[in-house]
Amino acid sequence: MKNLIQEFFKGIVKENPTFVLALGLCPTLAVSISISNAIGMGCAATFVILFSNIIIASIKDFIPDKIRIPCYIVVIATFVTITELVMKAYFPPLNRALGIYVPLIVVNCIVLGRAEAFASKNSVMASLFDGVGMGAGFTLALTLISAIREFLGAGKLCGLTVIPGFEPALIIGMPSGALLVIGLLLGFFNLLKEKAK
Amino acid sequence: MDNTLNISASPHLHARESTGRTMWLVTAALLPAGIAGVCIFGPAALKTILIAVLSAVAAEWAIQAAMKKKVTICDGSAALTGLLLAYNLPAHCPFWIPVTGSFIAIAIGKQIFGGLGQNIFNPALVGRVFLMASWPQYMTTFSRALSYDAVTQATPLALLKENKLFDHISYLGLFMGNRGGCIGEVCVAALVIGGIFLLLRKIITWHIPVSYIVTTGLFCWAFGANTPFAGDWMFHLLSGGLFLGAIFMATDYVSSPLTGRGQLIFGAGCGLLTAIIRIWGGYPEGVSYAILIMNAAAPLIDRYTKNRIYGTK
Repeated sequence: MKNLIQEFFKGIVKENPTFVLALGLCPTLAVSISISNAIGMGCAATFVILFSNIIIASIKDFIPDKIRIPCYIVVIATFVTITELVMKAYFPPLNRALGIYVPLIVVNCIVLGRAEAFASKNSVMASLFDGVGMGAGFTLALTLISAIREFLGAGKLCGLTVIPGFEPALIIGMPSGALLVIGLLLGFFNLLKEKAK
Repeated sequence: MDNTLNISASPHLHARESTGRTMWLVTAALLPAGIAGVCIFGPAALKTILIAVLSAVAAEWAIQAAMKKKVTICDGSAALTGLLLAYNLPAHCPFWIPVTGSFIAIAIGKQIFGGLGQNIFNPALVGRVFLMASWPQYMTTFSRALSYDAVTQATPLALLKENKLFDHISYLGLFMGNRGGCIGEVCVAALVIGGIFLLLRKIITWHIPVSYIVTTGLFCWAFGANTPFAGDWMFHLLSGGLFLGAIFMATDYVSSPLTGRGQLIFGAGCGLLTAIIRIWGGYPEGVSYAILIMNAAAPLIDRYTKNRIYGTK
């Protein structure tokens, strides 16, 4: 059990997909404009990572090594399609806000990375915890970035104006601003890591 | 007593040059343009300049103190960055524009790379471009020359971009700075005086300014009008921030190439990009973007223009 909890927490801190592994940066740049977008994207990605990890871990012994990547893609694409259809049916505004980045979860490197690096080598239970941990790490990172960007770039938090009269810096809301914020946060976390040593 | 014996390879020359001395000489060379800017736009320009310089120095001090590094505000590099940033701002802008710009210039343009000498990009231009992308409404509202009031006037290049340049602006008026624009860029005469001073004191060489200005002129002459080779090149040279950029920004030691050949390529690249942005781009003026893009190319230029080591092939 202790190992499983470790698998869960490593996704949040030690192997955070955004700030340590630097995976899945493309959707991070694109959707981290507002907190609601970030949480929606994070939940969708977590669902896909979790279930693709479970399925891939349970069928790993039957997949021939040479065609494993196409097999992973089929599994991942199935869950992405489910996510997309559910989102279209029940959360149309969120679906409109995230746009093309929902189907693009298929090629999100975090999902494929976990399938290749973890689920194909570990038990179903460990893969389940790894998937939830990675998804939570991705969601938290995305929420942090988007909170900073929504505040500085639009003057709002969760869609509400925080300081009246504050004039937001438009650049932070643009992709270049996302690169700036992610870069500064990465540097900050690396600094913390060095300090901790 | 200090018993250390310093041994170094010849030649044992001593020059009085130091970082601080160079920075203060460049600041002195910028003074005429600043005085001209204050004369043209009034006390608001002086206020913007002072706020920018003070907040740049304060930002440098705060960051170096927070990171427990040696505080180097006395070498004048932060003050110079603030001054250059102020010269790139309109005279009438809210006080927090120069404050934010200076902080971004020092923090993200310079200190994050490790301080003076490590920055890839010209810090003042990083600050300006950040402000330009963030608060375009304040960065493109220019006050009318010689009215000392908040009456606005578009820059000649903005008028040209919008096809509203009906009455001819005299070249002499442009040369002396009688037009809307940023504080430090309007008076070309004062910038040329500063540039000659820097050339005579051997702070800069002729390569970058000359190749920059000539390339922009040639390209605007060739493609600046509907018929080829009929562009108003003189207008393009005298309006916008070309002289400020070519003499004071592109020649920044840290972010420009080292050899003369490299500097010629660098200047020509800046000139080409400036002209392309002005003629076909979305913005009326492209000096700051051109210099920043070429800053990124400077290490590559250095790599291919290395001087041959004597005695080797």
